[in-house]
Amino acid sequence: MEVNIRINHALKKYGDNVVIPDLSLDIKPGEFFTLLGPSGCGKTTLLRMIAGFNSIEGGDFYFNDTRINDMEPSKRNIGMVFQNYAIFPHMSVRKNVEFGLVNKKKPKDQIKTISEKYMKLMHIDEYADRMPSQLSGGQQQRVALARALAIEPDVLLMDEPLSNLDAKLRVEMRQVIKEVQQEVGITTVYVTHDQEEAMAVSDRIAVFKSGVIQQIGTPHQLYQRPQNTFVAFFIGRSNLLDGKLVHEGGKTFVVFNNGFRQEMTNIVDCEDQEVKISVRPEEFVMSDDGTGISGVVEQTTFLGISTNYFIRTDHGERVEVNEESQVGKSLQKGDRVCLKVKAHKINVFNKEGSASLVVKEV
Amino acid sequence: MNKNKLNVWHIFSLLLLVFDLLFIVYPLFNVLKNSIIIDHQFSLAHFVRFFGDSYYLDTLINSLKVAFVVTLTSLFFGILLAYANTIYELKGSLFLQIVTILCSMSAPFVGAYSWILLLGRGGAITTFLKDVLNVAAPSIYGFGGIVLVMTTKLFPLVYLYVSGALKGIDQSLMEAAENLQCTGFKRFTKVVLPLCMPSILAVALMVFLRAMADFGTPVLIGEGYRTFSVEIYKQYIGEGGMDHGFAAAISIIAIMITAVIFFTQKAVSKRFSFKMDSMHPIQKQKAEGLFGVLLHVYSYLVVAISFMPQLYIIYTSFRNVSKSGNTFVAGYSLNNYKAFLARMGQAVPTTLLIGVVTLALTLVIAVLTAYLIVRRNNKINSALDTLSMIPYIVPGSVVGISMVMGFSTGPLVLTGTMAIMIIAIAIRRMPYTIRSSVATLQQIPLTVEEAAESLGCSKFKTFIKITVPMMMRGIISGAIVSWITILTELSSSIILYSSKTTTLTLSTYIFVSRGTLGPAAASASILTLFTTVSLLLFFKLTKSSDLAL
Repeated sequence: MEVNIRINHALKKYGDNVVIPDLSLDIKPGEFFTLLGPSGCGKTTLLRMIAGFNSIEGGDFYFNDTRINDMEPSKRNIGMVFQNYAIFPHMSVRKNVEFGLVNKKKPKDQIKTISEKYMKLMHIDEYADRMPSQLSGGQQQRVALARALAIEPDVLLMDEPLSNLDAKLRVEMRQVIKEVQQEVGITTVYVTHDQEEAMAVSDRIAVFKSGVIQQIGTPHQLYQRPQNTFVAFFIGRSNLLDGKLVHEGGKTFVVFNNGFRQEMTNIVDCEDQEVKISVRPEEFVMSDDGTGISGVVEQTTFLGISTNYFIRTDHGERVEVNEESQVGKSLQKGDRVCLKVKAHKINVFNKEGSASLVVKEV
Repeated sequence: MNKNKLNVWHIFSLLLLVFDLLFIVYPLFNVLKNSIIIDHQFSLAHFVRFFGDSYYLDTLINSLKVAFVVTLTSLFFGILLAYANTIYELKGSLFLQIVTILCSMSAPFVGAYSWILLLGRGGAITTFLKDVLNVAAPSIYGFGGIVLVMTTKLFPLVYLYVSGALKGIDQSLMEAAENLQCTGFKRFTKVVLPLCMPSILAVALMVFLRAMADFGTPVLIGEGYRTFSVEIYKQYIGEGGMDHGFAAAISIIAIMITAVIFFTQKAVSKRFSFKMDSMHPIQKQKAEGLFGVLLHVYSYLVVAISFMPQLYIIYTSFRNVSKSGNTFVAGYSLNNYKAFLARMGQAVPTTLLIGVVTLALTLVIAVLTAYLIVRRNNKINSALDTLSMIPYIVPGSVVGISMVMGFSTGPLVLTGTMAIMIIAIAIRRMPYTIRSSVATLQQIPLTVEEAAESLGCSKFKTFIKITVPMMMRGIISGAIVSWITILTELSSSIILYSSKTTTLTLSTYIFVSRGTLGPAAASASILTLFTTVSLLLFFKLTKSSDLAL
């Protein structure tokens, strides 16, 4: 059974300290939903409220039509994967995976077949009779996942499950997690502070800051059309430039500090105003005709597939530019360049950076 | 979650609170009442008498003197041995460690008694020196003897604490010091000692309180040197006039003094608290040349002197004694054991029964209390935390008196029963077991328990199936120390025992105080056998040679 999670006006306080003021979410059945944000933003707190380990000071939490606010954690039928794996150190792999099934008082033969199935799925069946201390970090993580899935939970909750693994294993395991989630088709809530990891695994992501959701969207939407400058900076890399928005003769332009004008076709209906222009490093183009934002190369980093430049504009702003590597020599420190932007890709925000002025495509 | 719902933990909290109030607070309250109420009226006469008469005041000053000097000597010998055996590769390192632990685990007065047999009037060494070399042996009685005996028993505590701290020092800190041109003795005083300071302060308090409250050693070897714990007993039992009110007053004064020392130590140790992550424990260095020889001589000498009394007692237990029972005669036999078994044989099963029940009670209380303190913190459980520490500063003889004053009359009469002894000993042991359980529990990540809950395990079932098994290692290493302390408890049980609840420790004490050498030695030897076998079994089973005090 696929379960939808609805949260209406959640409130979380520690004493007088409000961690989550008012939060609503609707997670679709079978969705891989990620809570993303810097540490201390309240994402783990929310996950633990769903799990039942944190008290709920206000609002309603629903799994389908069942209100779970007052339900014991052990009754919520959730599978949970913890940052430190939380494998029971005094039980073998098999006993760990069987643990939840034993608690559900399933018949013996079922316990055996179900746990075998999930140990096979996670490729840990060959370690079934080992103790956790004999396993590597990645193997322990697989046990944790198998254990959580074996109870065939309504929802799967994962709290930074990959942060204790080394970089290479992290990439491998996130692929495993994504594949398994798709195969089992279980509604999943995933917490991470790593935006790349979030992009790689999620159907949708909620970006958090100080207990408030900044934007909910697919990885595409978050990267290409961030709704404010916080998201633009948190997801990927961005240069933020000051500018103006002007309407002239039925056309709309953004005007950069040095007077360079770029026509825009996707700006919402609004007045002329000062704006923040967010340009990702790969959204700059080196211009040949001498027009654009002029500046001097300060640093060049050859990365193989692309080359990264730091350029000081004549107006004093430092921007990062990323370009496909060319055959031959890259630009060198001190070289003068002119930059233009890919108009359909850049984002324009109001002066405060709190709202996007670009039309949402989808 | 509904916080107001009464769950199983609330019930445990309340039960433990009732237990603590009934068996810790209420008895002490009775002691206080007895000390300030004379003939139904408030009076400080007992206190005026105590402080007005140097005869009584001296006992307190003497106890403080003993405690202070014993703390210094124990720290000196203990730290040095710990440093030698942890930083350097000594031959027979494990042997030294185990024998050191055995030294600390003997009954408190067996050492004193044995030293009397060796160095007392008519003692083996005394006689040897007089007859063969014609020199007078130094007197073992009085202040010097008390300090010697207590030091040999208490320095192992320092050794255990400090060697634990030394093992927590990262090798890189030692190398960094050396790299910055701080080596040898300078490194020991500037780097090693300060890093061990939290442990040193903790064990210094423990040694001080134990030395101050010890009853068995001064009562046997003190002679004219009177200490307050002996005085309380005398006043209570009635040697030279029974005066419960006065005994209560001395108890209150003793508690106040130990409380002051306790809080001073807490204040001081706050300034020395820091965290250290040790990834690479210190690698032992080779002890070479003259320095190495000195280290070995020192280590073996200290351990040998401390352990000798126990061996000597066992030796004398096989010697024949005269008809009167107060001198040894030629020949060896098992007669002493036969005499002991005939007269006090019941002590063996009694000891085991009291030991097992007390241990079980202590462990259940400690594990539950620790869980409530660490995992379910609320006002009641914080109160449990504080209440359970009270016995730490109450001398054993005062615990004994308080139990009698609380439960000899009134609604609940327990005096003379086995229950009162079990409860008293359990209470004495509670602060230690609860502290060590708390420390164990704090190292277990909360998420493991949460994982169990999310897998459908109820809270209580999680506690039984996950928390307790994960704490087991810590519980067991705390339990072995509790077990041995329970077996060798004297200062509270001397006041509470009856003919039916005479343990081995008590029977040894009774024989010793009657001067019946043979059965005394046999009884002490059986006790030593119990503690030694328990410890060796523990080391064997856990495959370690460390103890959690």
